[in-house]
Amino acid sequence: MSIQDQTTLRVVLYEGDGSSPLAAAERLATLTALLDKGFAVTRATGHGRVAPADRTTHLVLGRFNGGQAPEVEADGVKVRCRDITGMDAAAITATVESARVESKSAQPGEWKPWFPVIDYDRCTNCMQCLSFCLFGVYGVDAGQKIQVQNNDNCKTNCPACSRVCPEAAIMFPKYKSGPINGDVVSAEDLQREKMKVDISALLGGDVYSMLRQRSERAQTRFSKERDANKALTERQKCLVKLAQSGDIPAEVLMSLPSPDEILRRAEEAKAKAQAAIAANEALKQL
Amino acid sequence: MQPFVVSRDSPLYKSTDMPMPPRILYCHCAYAQVVPREVKEAVLKKLSESGVAFDAVADLCELSARRDPALQRLAEGGAVKIAACYPRAVKWLFAAAGAALPLDSAEVLNMRVQTADEVAAALFDSVLHPNLPTGKSTDAAALAPNDSTAQAALPQ
Repeated sequence: MSIQDQTTLRVVLYEGDGSSPLAAAERLATLTALLDKGFAVTRATGHGRVAPADRTTHLVLGRFNGGQAPEVEADGVKVRCRDITGMDAAAITATVESARVESKSAQPGEWKPWFPVIDYDRCTNCMQCLSFCLFGVYGVDAGQKIQVQNNDNCKTNCPACSRVCPEAAIMFPKYKSGPINGDVVSAEDLQREKMKVDISALLGGDVYSMLRQRSERAQTRFSKERDANKALTERQKCLVKLAQSGDIPAEVLMSLPSPDEILRRAEEAKAKAQAAIAANEALKQL
Repeated sequence: MQPFVVSRDSPLYKSTDMPMPPRILYCHCAYAQVVPREVKEAVLKKLSESGVAFDAVADLCELSARRDPALQRLAEGGAVKIAACYPRAVKWLFAAAGAALPLDSAEVLNMRVQTADEVAAALFDSVLHPNLPTGKSTDAAALAPNDSTAQAALPQ
């Protein structure tokens, strides 16, 4: 099941009328434990606003007067209440996890959220990212606009597509440095893009034509020498260069499919990008 | 005890105090080490010790990836101050989930570069300073003064 098909549980730590507030240290320990486990928590005190109710399942926790969780009249909202009198942070977290399982809500933290985020203020819809990505992360919407369609296909810690974007429009918010992490794009970053310091350029041209040539050379060599070790050495050299220049994790590069499969996927991605560009051109003519 | 009535106007989610300061949203950035631990822990501690209500999420990136309805409820409902990371990233994380933040009523505090004291002071300040980027902006400070090519890249 895609992560986008799952609903999440909203935990409300209620400390308003009809309940006793937690001691400061207990509250912090509880909030920290729940957040570390991946839950979203609303602290409701009666002072200040929080996000409005919605149709997601709510679990309201509190030290309710009389030690009894109140009944709830839910206006279209699924609400469960639990009294947490006498519970420590670990017990509260276990209660929440149990409610999550009961309500069939999504399990947070199953997947490290690493995926590209497009800055549409900068994006020019050039389709280079769609053409580049071998893992089907990108696609186009009905209006032929580039979008991230399969973010859980993205390879964790790999920022390669952001490096081929000529407008520095692709962000990975968990990346270590700017502008890929969302920091302001500097003129220096733009100059770097102008100079085409991207993966393709670092490899001396079109990365895919290079791979094609390498594949052809390898096939010729195999037919003549059957020297698999030499081919492997060549591939490793190339991958090390890629890893260093693009800050791409070695495990991502080493898990790439064979050169022939890469070429097949590259052709497929390129065809999708060309079709989108052609459709965009056709739309402009209308 | 009177039962709670949970609706969009429920006292569970709103107080009757007037006027209302901006809402507060805290992101714990639980799945990466990019926000300094001491900063996010100190901000959460200050929030926790205050008497204010707030929303906290484990990781905005995860919610965005899920296109979680939580982002919709967090984006709507008026002015909001968000303790997270870079404003440009936060803006487009919400937008990617179909829950665009209103440009004129959202302020993002950056726990990657600001101190916990700075973030907390801004969160508790009742005045909102909207700072989401608008348009294709480039950091002018990084431009060389006589670099006409780079200057031309800036919005006029």
